[in-house]
Amino acid sequence: MSKNTEIRLGGEGGQGLILAGVILASAALLEGKNAAQSQYYGPESRGGISKSEVVISDGEIIYPEVADPDLVLVLSDVAIGPYTRDIRRDDALVVFDADTVKKVPDLKHGKIYKLPFTMTAHDKLGKPFIANIIALGAIVGLTNVVSRESIEKAVLARVPKGTEELNKTALFEGFELAKTIKK
Amino acid sequence: MEKKALLISGNEACVEGALYAGIQFYAGYPITPSSEIPEGLARKLPKYGGVMIQMEDEIAAMAATIGASLTGKKAMTATSGPGFSLKQENLGFASFNEVPCVIVNVMRGGPSTGAPTGPSQGDVMQARWGTHGDHPIVALAPNSIPEIFTETVRGFNITEKFRIPVILLLDEIIAHMRERIIFPEKGELEVVDRLKPTVPPDQYKPFDVTNSPLPLVPPMAAYGSGYRFHVTGLNHRTDGFPTNNGDLIEKEMHRIMDKVDLYKKDIFKTETYMLDDAEVAIVAYGSSSRAAKYAVNALREQGIKAGMLRYITIWPFDEAAIEKLAQKVKFIVVPELNFGQLILEVERAAKGKTRVYGVNRVNIEIIHPHEIIEKVKELFHGI
Repeated sequence: MSKNTEIRLGGEGGQGLILAGVILASAALLEGKNAAQSQYYGPESRGGISKSEVVISDGEIIYPEVADPDLVLVLSDVAIGPYTRDIRRDDALVVFDADTVKKVPDLKHGKIYKLPFTMTAHDKLGKPFIANIIALGAIVGLTNVVSRESIEKAVLARVPKGTEELNKTALFEGFELAKTIKK
Repeated sequence: MEKKALLISGNEACVEGALYAGIQFYAGYPITPSSEIPEGLARKLPKYGGVMIQMEDEIAAMAATIGASLTGKKAMTATSGPGFSLKQENLGFASFNEVPCVIVNVMRGGPSTGAPTGPSQGDVMQARWGTHGDHPIVALAPNSIPEIFTETVRGFNITEKFRIPVILLLDEIIAHMRERIIFPEKGELEVVDRLKPTVPPDQYKPFDVTNSPLPLVPPMAAYGSGYRFHVTGLNHRTDGFPTNNGDLIEKEMHRIMDKVDLYKKDIFKTETYMLDDAEVAIVAYGSSSRAAKYAVNALREQGIKAGMLRYITIWPFDEAAIEKLAQKVKFIVVPELNFGQLILEVERAAKGKTRVYGVNRVNIEIIHPHEIIEKVKELFHGI
């Protein structure tokens, strides 16, 4: 079995996780890869635990959800417990938002990182809601699961008209944040 | 020109499949997690010359679907658990009067209002027995976005050809999940239309199969085409009018039930994976079968010869496939997002020739491959 790349974006409703997952999966398709994107959300449109999962493969995707995470993003405290407990490998990357996650837990497996997605969105771009795209940039920077060109193309294809420059800047900020991490 | 791969959800694939099959009418009442189906059809169906209507509730939506089909249109409705319950009485009417229609039920957590945004496979038995009385029904359970497309087309074909309502049993996972799909070209997949009468209007009997080119299937006139006929929920004669004559009732009941048996080979669809030398079989359907296939590969890597039998057509249930399997495997595991529904059929068909165990989950999460793997390992080493 070829190893898939399995990415989970965890947080709460309203953080744009599903959109981020859809964009990541679309970027994989642009490269001729296979991708599956799934999600969980509750009845709330804001708040409440939510996740988006993306599996990317060069071959068939048998199980469409994350079975063995390569990267878990956590943007909210509520997502910590349920979305980090199945991390099985020590080389899995677990990326927490440095601002919105109050207490980063000790995990049995995985390499833990904290990055200031929300703060960057707020302070540098003046738009807190763009943290999802910054995180997406960081994920691509950390994993190289798709190229920067593909993710940019996929972002621009899915975001509202008039926000293209903002989103490109957000992606770039994400790439830069990834560089601050030594893996 | 190379065709473009798209990333779309299962509900969107259902819309595209229905359009490919030639849907002309959709009536529904939106309900999570099926609402993207009416949303997509509201946008697209009018451009294909069809009609999409939102009714006042699910009961009316099922009635409108039946009415449209009686006028000769390919008709569909979509719903989820609570709405599926409401449709049952009219579904029985459709089944009894052999009205072609596709009913999509995107299963969510139940019972009652349950968990609107969470997945389940809790409506397997309801799909078979939700409406009262013995009745013919077909239920299909695809497990991927491309397969939702092709099974929607096949569902329309089955219902049009054999005049048996077809339930497309999706679950929240595959309905909302997005995957890669390349749409088939026109002509690539078979598209079937219902039989039309060849006799003049004054000789037409809506349930007469004497001269039908398809044994047991009566040709179907469309209301508004000059053919007058009667449909009723009461037991009826071949001319459509009610009867209390036990012999006639029994004859018609046998015909509609025998129809399923006669054409079951055309309706059955299963997939086998690594079963040839398997010592252990996983029998699965819908989203749970994705975990099952993953588990088969992982178990083989760990030295356990596992295989999978996947039911794509759930109803009618292909018993022979289980009978064959039961004679050669040590045990069967049936993963389901319910307390064990299809497992009852598996046990029945296995006739005690092998042991059957469930892996069940009702916490509105997908079945994880590791649960199946652990269960199989535990049972395998325990033998």
